[in-house]
Amino acid sequence: MELIRLILRHLKPYTGWVVAVIVFQFISTLAALYLPSLNAQIIDKGVSTGDTDFIWSTGMTMIIACLVQVVTAIAGIYFGARTAMAVGRDLRREIYRKVDSLGAIDVAKFGTATLITRGTNDVQQVQMLVLMMLNFMVSTPIMCIGGIVFAVREDAGLSWLVWVSVPLLFIIVGFLVFLLLPLFRLMQDRIDGINSVLREQIMGIRVVRAFVREPFESERYQRANEAITVVSIKVGNIFVLMFPVIMMILHLATAAVLWFGGQRVDAGEIQVGSLTAFLQYLLQILTAVMMGVFMVMMIPRAVVCAERITEVLSTDPSMAVPAQPAPRVPAAGRVEFADVTFGYPGAERPVLDRVSFVAEPGKTTAIVGSTGAGKTTMLNLIPRLYDAQGGSITIDGVPVADLDRRQIAHLVGLVPQKPYLFSGTIASNLRFGRPDASDDELWRALRVAQGEDFVKAKEKGLDEPISQGGTNVSGGQRQRLCIARALVADPQVYLFDDSFSALDVATDARLREALFDATRGATVIIVAQRISTIRSADQILVVNDGVIVARGTHDELLDESETYREIVGSQMSIEGVA
Amino acid sequence: MARNTKKSSSTDETPTVIDELEVEYLPTEADGDMFGGAPAKKAQQFWPSAKRLMGLLGPERVKMSIVVALVVISVVLTVIAPKILGQAVDTIFNGVIGSQLPAGVPLAQIVAETRASGNNDFADLLEKSTIVPGQGIDFVVLGRLIIIVLLMYIVASALNWAQGYVLNGLVMRVVFRLRQDIEVKLNKLPLSYFDSRQRGDTMSRVTNDVDNIQAALQQAFSQLVQSALTVIGIVVVMFIVSWQLALIALIALPLSAVIAGVIGARSQKLFAAQWKNTGSLNGHIEESFSGLELVRVFGRDKEMVAEFDERNEKLYNASFGAQFVSGMIMPAMTFVSYLSYVLIAVVGGLRVASGQMTLGDATAFIQYSREFSQPLGQIAGMANMLQSGVASAERTFELLDADEQQPDEVSAELPARTDGHVRFDDVSFSYDPENPLIESLSLEAKPGHTVAIVGPTGAGKTTLVNLVMRFYELTGGRILLDGVDITQLSRGTLRSRVGMVLQDAWLFEGTIRENIRYGRLDATDDEVVEAAKATMVDRFVRQLPLGYDTVLDADGGSVSAGERQLITIARAFIANPSLLILDEATSSVDTRTELLVQHAMAALRTDRTSFVIAHRLSTIRDADTILVMQSGRIVEQGSHDELLAAQGAYYTLYMTQFRGEDEASALADTPTDAPTDASADVSTESE
Repeated sequence: MELIRLILRHLKPYTGWVVAVIVFQFISTLAALYLPSLNAQIIDKGVSTGDTDFIWSTGMTMIIACLVQVVTAIAGIYFGARTAMAVGRDLRREIYRKVDSLGAIDVAKFGTATLITRGTNDVQQVQMLVLMMLNFMVSTPIMCIGGIVFAVREDAGLSWLVWVSVPLLFIIVGFLVFLLLPLFRLMQDRIDGINSVLREQIMGIRVVRAFVREPFESERYQRANEAITVVSIKVGNIFVLMFPVIMMILHLATAAVLWFGGQRVDAGEIQVGSLTAFLQYLLQILTAVMMGVFMVMMIPRAVVCAERITEVLSTDPSMAVPAQPAPRVPAAGRVEFADVTFGYPGAERPVLDRVSFVAEPGKTTAIVGSTGAGKTTMLNLIPRLYDAQGGSITIDGVPVADLDRRQIAHLVGLVPQKPYLFSGTIASNLRFGRPDASDDELWRALRVAQGEDFVKAKEKGLDEPISQGGTNVSGGQRQRLCIARALVADPQVYLFDDSFSALDVATDARLREALFDATRGATVIIVAQRISTIRSADQILVVNDGVIVARGTHDELLDESETYREIVGSQMSIEGVA
Repeated sequence: MARNTKKSSSTDETPTVIDELEVEYLPTEADGDMFGGAPAKKAQQFWPSAKRLMGLLGPERVKMSIVVALVVISVVLTVIAPKILGQAVDTIFNGVIGSQLPAGVPLAQIVAETRASGNNDFADLLEKSTIVPGQGIDFVVLGRLIIIVLLMYIVASALNWAQGYVLNGLVMRVVFRLRQDIEVKLNKLPLSYFDSRQRGDTMSRVTNDVDNIQAALQQAFSQLVQSALTVIGIVVVMFIVSWQLALIALIALPLSAVIAGVIGARSQKLFAAQWKNTGSLNGHIEESFSGLELVRVFGRDKEMVAEFDERNEKLYNASFGAQFVSGMIMPAMTFVSYLSYVLIAVVGGLRVASGQMTLGDATAFIQYSREFSQPLGQIAGMANMLQSGVASAERTFELLDADEQQPDEVSAELPARTDGHVRFDDVSFSYDPENPLIESLSLEAKPGHTVAIVGPTGAGKTTLVNLVMRFYELTGGRILLDGVDITQLSRGTLRSRVGMVLQDAWLFEGTIRENIRYGRLDATDDEVVEAAKATMVDRFVRQLPLGYDTVLDADGGSVSAGERQLITIARAFIANPSLLILDEATSSVDTRTELLVQHAMAALRTDRTSFVIAHRLSTIRDADTILVMQSGRIVEQGSHDELLAAQGAYYTLYMTQFRGEDEASALADTPTDAPTDASADVSTESE
């Protein structure tokens, strides 16, 4: 089972602590078990003979036993908490590093959201299970076995009661838990179900109202509500059975001990004190069994989490890291695609089909084409977010697969389609690619990116806080900050993935003008939809369905490419272009 | 697990960088319930909300009283039973001692002899007992006592079960009704309710909070009653049996309270630190996973990992502290209960030895003192749970009490086929009275005409079309559809005549087919495909491995933003409305595809009125009327050619967007710190 393997593997470094937990819990359980036996002595030797001194001295022993019990129990908890939390920490660390090593395709296969859940929630579940296990599951068997030993020592003749009542309790509670487990899972599904209906109603409220789907949604909701109520009632009905049944068994056992024990006392085979001690042992054993069975209920959820975690940990990065960094680091930044083919796993048709082109340093290469044509994919292949399945991508003749991440990061700067900022400040975001950049350099980049004004207008300027994703600045500002971020990094190759879409035409024009100077000498590759953005490019690649259908300058393409003319025509009147 | 199977389609937009990622955190029950958990949510007004929560049980009043009655009886039985068990122990004990004494000798004589031999204590014991010298255990009495006890326990267990059973059904019905009330309420709330607060907050009110209420009603209520009664019952019986021992047992009470208080307060603080660190670490994980590509492109892996390790270590230390300290509560409480156990054993033993109480009473006491600490712990736990339940109830009630939208007052009917003649008559509207947004706006859209609306962000374009849908109520004037004031129609009638494609391409979790069919539930598969073809959806759907059965999920991994927009257009297309509203419907679609969609839409639009909002002017050039809006007013109105000829705001706008490269570059020479003119604003910072 994945769960056990996962836990055992991560407990291994803490074997010493686990041993400590077991030792301390063993002592604390023994101390707890010693108490009824001392109590029995009080009754047998003290009470029935009226020996008050004996009662006092045994009382003192009992208090010492109590102290031992509490101290060792706390020591056990200390090491238990240490170990469990360390396991959680290690798991998180392992997942984080694993995800960090995965390629973009592997990450996309999982989906970012689920990876986050796995790294946080799922680990939490497993960690809690380890904690409960160390706190209770270890002490339960000790309590059981120790209890039985002590009980038998008090009176072997009554021990058959243990053999009858313990399995009886185990079977009955186990059976109820067995009934409950699938229902729990079902209930979780139904809760998810009703929550997802609600989620859609709230998130999509305008659509629901616009299409007058309130009755439809209400009906869906009612079905979900009924479904969850039915399961909840079932679960509840089994649950309410649990406690009375357990109590019944405990009390039956008590009565049986008194009845059969009474006969043995009468026959002179045991003393009264032993009888009460036996009774208390039996109750302790049964309580321990009960706790153990309840703990079992935590397992199914943790099993699912463990499977999900293992799934991440066992994913092999689809991208091989070069054994050693390329000896020759490219300096010029000449990007060449030679017969590059790329497809997502499982898709019928490749996204890129034998694409070849060269982007020269000091020149601007523009890529245009319709949604889904493969433009973004072309850009993402250059910093090796994906690996091409066929052909080669080289920078100054060095295959990108031979470069290690740092080298690529130095060479290539990407402005992504969806402008994403990290939480922190404007400055910390701008320095993302080059932590040692000076404030002057940041301002220079902002000036080029047409972001100087709005950053100056912010209360704290460069130190203005940015929330996760950059949601506290507008889309246009976010885009300009992303451009500035790439400029600060000062790479050899600039990749702009539709990075001007949120800017109005005038800003766009100013930005490109400034960019032209700032990126002089570097290779610039721009994906864009707006013709005005790309018409001055040195080379325009027209991409359709993963194939470069035409290439040339704006004027050449206007003459030669029907597709290009269509794109242009969809944006402006032809006469205005010529 | 559905998310794992997500297939990346051959799209331009890679789904890995997600703009505003929503990760749903499962409530971490394991933490919450067992170890003091998250900082308890406090109700602002505990009693009124608690009272109202109890009020929900009103319709189940009869059953509630049955439950309470059953609880009382079963508690009484459970409290009395140990006392009778004690008598059974006495019977055994007496039998044992009795059998050691010579038969036939009167007890008084034996007492006197014992006292003479100097064993005063034992003499006292004998004197106070009902021992018959020479007689062993009276099994008739013992048997009777055991049967009585068994019967009591059986009845108590049965009643306990019965009360749980009744309560369970009852609570579930109450929660079912509460959920239904919420659904009804959600449909009555005005859109402004949802606009004015975070969706996540509303979500958690209707999901987590309701779950919390259910838990509180189900567990806290019955256990609280049961535990409280048990504690009272035990205390009473203990005092009856022996007030001296009862006092000793009660010493444990303040002692455990102090321990629980001290450790509890300490662990609350540590838990707060744990949650803070969890949040910080999860934030970092979320962020670096969401921005993974950027981390890689900018070569920041090492720094991110280092940051992670630092936060991870902090969390480790914080959570270790929290778990350790909170874990100490149990052994500490156990220690106290053991201490009182020892005290009772010793003092009880002394008293039994001196004949001041019977052995049975002493063993009964030991059992009482054990049963005593358990409900005490439960009460503490339940009080927490109840408090959090009431806090949740308060939040849910807030939602249930929120102002509703005006009820529909249907006083007019529309003809079966609407012409789609729309008129705004002196319309005013504002979201809050301080800032009027739209003032005295009048316009007319003739049947079959296309009305385009352009203008800068915040000009009120989206608001304008939302008013047609009656998503908001006017503050002045009226809107007429085919001559009928739309406030005289039911919202359903009105909206069913209007097809709307919204700015955010919201799709629900389900297949592409289901999403398109959402526009008209009775559409056949063929009609779905037909609509998909007309709106260019069919083209990319065919490239997906599962075609129309491709499941779309909330974060939309499998299709790109542009493709999602096309699907929403198909959804409106299939509804075949008489009035069509397109609000930035094609902003993420490339211009060439947009053109194709426009042709299809043109066919759709021929005999219906449409409102089109767009910031790409190419989208709207062919509109019959173009409205240029600025700050809630229409500043220009006319056809494309007319407006160009007028050389007004539209002209500037148009020229900025379609100017050739040279002019655009020239524009770049204007000082950057000069305020951008209104026309350039048109597409700036589109969110």
